[in-house]
Amino acid sequence: MKNKLLPLSITFVFIIIFIIFFKGLQNTNIYTPETKTIYEVPSVSVKLFNSNEIVNTLEIFNSDKFYLLNIWSSWCVPCRQEHPILMELAKNDNINVIGINYKDTKKNAKSFLEELGNPYNKIIFDNKGTNSIEWGAYGVPESFLINKNKVIKKYIGPLTERSIEEIKLFIK
Amino acid sequence: MLFSVIGNYSLLLGLFFGLVLLYFSTKNFRNSKLLDTKILSFTFLQFFLVVISFLCLVSSFVVSDFSNETVFNHSHTTKPFFYKIAGTWGNHEGSLLLWLLVLTLFILIFLIRTKNQPVKYRVLTLVFQQIIIIGFFIFLIKTSNPFNHIYPVPSEGLGLNPILQDPALAIHPPILYLGYVGSSIIFSSVLAATTLNIVTKKWASHIKKWVLISWIFLTLGILLGSIWAYYELGWGGFWFWDPVENVSLMPWLALTTLLHCILVLEKKLILTSWVIILSISTFALSMSGTFLVRSGILNSVHTFANDPERGLFILIFLFSLIFLSLFIFFFFHKTSTNNPSSFFWLSKETAIIINNWFMMYFLSVVLIGTIYPIFLDVLSSQKISVGPPFYHKLIIPFLIPFLLIMAIGPKLKWIKSNLDDKIYLITLLIVSILLSILIVKNFSSNFLINTILISGAFYLFFITLRDFFIKGFKNLSQNIAHFGFSLLILSILFNSLFSSEIITNLKVGQTFENTKAKIVFESISQKEAKNYRSIIGNFTVQDSKGKIENLLPELRIYNQPNITTSEADIKTTLLSDKFMVINIVQNQEFFNVRYQVKPFMLWIWISVILISFGGLMSFLKKGYEK
Amino acid sequence: MKILKLFLIIIFIFPISSLKADNEILKNKITKNLRCLICQGQSVYDSDSEFANSLKIVVDNKINEGLSEKQIYSYFQGKYGEWILYDPMFNKNTYFLWLLPLLIFFIGGAIVFKNFKKTN
Repeated sequence: MKNKLLPLSITFVFIIIFIIFFKGLQNTNIYTPETKTIYEVPSVSVKLFNSNEIVNTLEIFNSDKFYLLNIWSSWCVPCRQEHPILMELAKNDNINVIGINYKDTKKNAKSFLEELGNPYNKIIFDNKGTNSIEWGAYGVPESFLINKNKVIKKYIGPLTERSIEEIKLFIK
Repeated sequence: MLFSVIGNYSLLLGLFFGLVLLYFSTKNFRNSKLLDTKILSFTFLQFFLVVISFLCLVSSFVVSDFSNETVFNHSHTTKPFFYKIAGTWGNHEGSLLLWLLVLTLFILIFLIRTKNQPVKYRVLTLVFQQIIIIGFFIFLIKTSNPFNHIYPVPSEGLGLNPILQDPALAIHPPILYLGYVGSSIIFSSVLAATTLNIVTKKWASHIKKWVLISWIFLTLGILLGSIWAYYELGWGGFWFWDPVENVSLMPWLALTTLLHCILVLEKKLILTSWVIILSISTFALSMSGTFLVRSGILNSVHTFANDPERGLFILIFLFSLIFLSLFIFFFFHKTSTNNPSSFFWLSKETAIIINNWFMMYFLSVVLIGTIYPIFLDVLSSQKISVGPPFYHKLIIPFLIPFLLIMAIGPKLKWIKSNLDDKIYLITLLIVSILLSILIVKNFSSNFLINTILISGAFYLFFITLRDFFIKGFKNLSQNIAHFGFSLLILSILFNSLFSSEIITNLKVGQTFENTKAKIVFESISQKEAKNYRSIIGNFTVQDSKGKIENLLPELRIYNQPNITTSEADIKTTLLSDKFMVINIVQNQEFFNVRYQVKPFMLWIWISVILISFGGLMSFLKKGYEK
Repeated sequence: MKILKLFLIIIFIFPISSLKADNEILKNKITKNLRCLICQGQSVYDSDSEFANSLKIVVDNKINEGLSEKQIYSYFQGKYGEWILYDPMFNKNTYFLWLLPLLIFFIGGAIVFKNFKKTN
């Protein structure tokens, strides 16, 4: 019996390894970050685009309203695609669209907004990209749905019609 | 087009003959005392058909036949001729065809070169190899056919990733595959030998050449991959413990350990179980590598398309082979308990066994580090990264005894040794330690570990050097290989200790200066080439000794696919490399400039070539090591 | 007096510049241990992507604020998960990762030793 123990246990180990790899194949290998957890709005000092004022993020998101924080830049191609959606959303009274201008120059950013319209209630000027990292962002475009000082949902990549539908459900 | 049709049918015919071959070889195994002549012919035919298929794919690439889906996905009319050809194996489907080519080639050569071996053994090896070959034929034809048609025929292809358009990378797969896929023969023949119970000294001598060939190519293949990463990827590194790199290192470790076990088995009937297990493991690791890298289960730098369906096929195929091997090992292998060869603790056998144990440990570190994230993700949905710090922490401390044993081991005699008249062993050790203290003392970081490690490497270095001068051509191959290894460790250590880097942002005309160097951004120019536009920065760098170097890093903007790559300018000398790379900074007029001084890079490459050269010498030698 | 002034200035600048050099070394060490999340298998140190460059600035800021290496890793782990760290931390998730190879080492040693005893 002892002679059979080793081969059996080794075979068993390999069967387990096989099962794990099998299951592993079904998961994606691209790390999709936790877009589901809710977290507190980070308290950061930021510079406003238009007035150059320094304010704290908690001051911006202080009321009971819903906010959509959108990270964008003039050199970002998908931002152009999502911009009309933002313009549309800005018309909704239940939500305030706030922008973070990411690693951009004021000149180019202004041209972009002149060309495509300005949906933003306020714009944060993040020319080094460090503010976005405080939010846990990867790059641009990215959007955060915020309410009561908490980030409820994170959208990585350009906003789509589907994401807007979802947002509209939240803000009712 | 015609090439695709011929290529496709050759593959189908190849599979057909592969099955026929399997049938005849099993029949031959049971019946005859002589090798059925049909078998050799069919083996040749199978190989020939794969060659035709391969040549058809190459031709499709060369003429830019975009009716072929693979060519469409990976080529472009403006690609230079050489890279059109290399594009054949620079993609998943083509590289699998290369696998088949090597698999069928090796079994053919095996049958031709083993005329002195027992017939049953040769035929059984063929049977096992055919199982692998047929599996790959089916995998290729069903899930990764390189001859799929697309209609309507596009006028232009999607191009090949420009960082793959490099000479080192072009020949890296064929050389690497001769190594990895070549180990399939070792796998098949060990299964045959185990079943027939002929894992003996004589068999070890016979299989040694095959192990050496696979090992030499695998070593060179890994070297080419590192050289490519260094010259092409723009970050000045040559090894990053990326899963794809690890996946080539693991079979190498198993193969090196196997080689040493074979050297022992050649002389005495011990370590047979190890030889069998390692032979199986090398090929199993090669195949697992293919699985890990192409199925999408791991995240890495390699650019193969990820496809879980293919992953599933390889997974099932691989584990079938593993279970088959486990069965054969446990059922047929009888450990010989009636003639235990005894040896003293201070002997060459012990040294080899101990270092094999260490190498298996290194293998387990790399294996666990590479696949653990997968396990964790499946079992608890947590994603972690396992990067260089993990491997360094677990491997470096163990390298020290490893190097010492590598130095002393060869000096010991078989069975029993004494160290009476070996004063030089101690003196050289002291010299090594003193020398490394001298070198490391100016660097405060990790003083102790670096000193000990460098001492160990120096020790091996001096001992092998002394042996070369005193013993001359005796055991030359072992000497060269071990010397090469010591040189490799020394070069890597010095490189990491003495490298320096400057990162700064410069506009044209600006200068950066510090105590080590003065960098002047002289000018910028533009150039148009066949499939890209380039921006070339002209820099003069003056080092602390006043020597001036002119560096021209380049940015290439490709049209198809539309990406920008950074081409480093590297000035290589015997002592160090000067490495410079520029990058565009979004929305700004200045460039980000990275300048590195990297000592001993050339010696890293030379040492690996020396190691393979040692292997080559052993391969060409008649008779065996003393 | 002038010499004294010069002397004082040098004394102040010297530690700052060597401090700067130390900070540089620390920054390099940290960024080599952080994964560039939008790249395929590159560290923040090696990468020149927008994300990596911004991250480098954040690391710089945190070092200047006086955070220790561990605290900085903690900070990034809080924002992006353990995936961003190349050096796996030793916690309940990774006990096996770190200990299994060592276990194998000892088992290997035991096998070698046992076989050795058997042949003698």
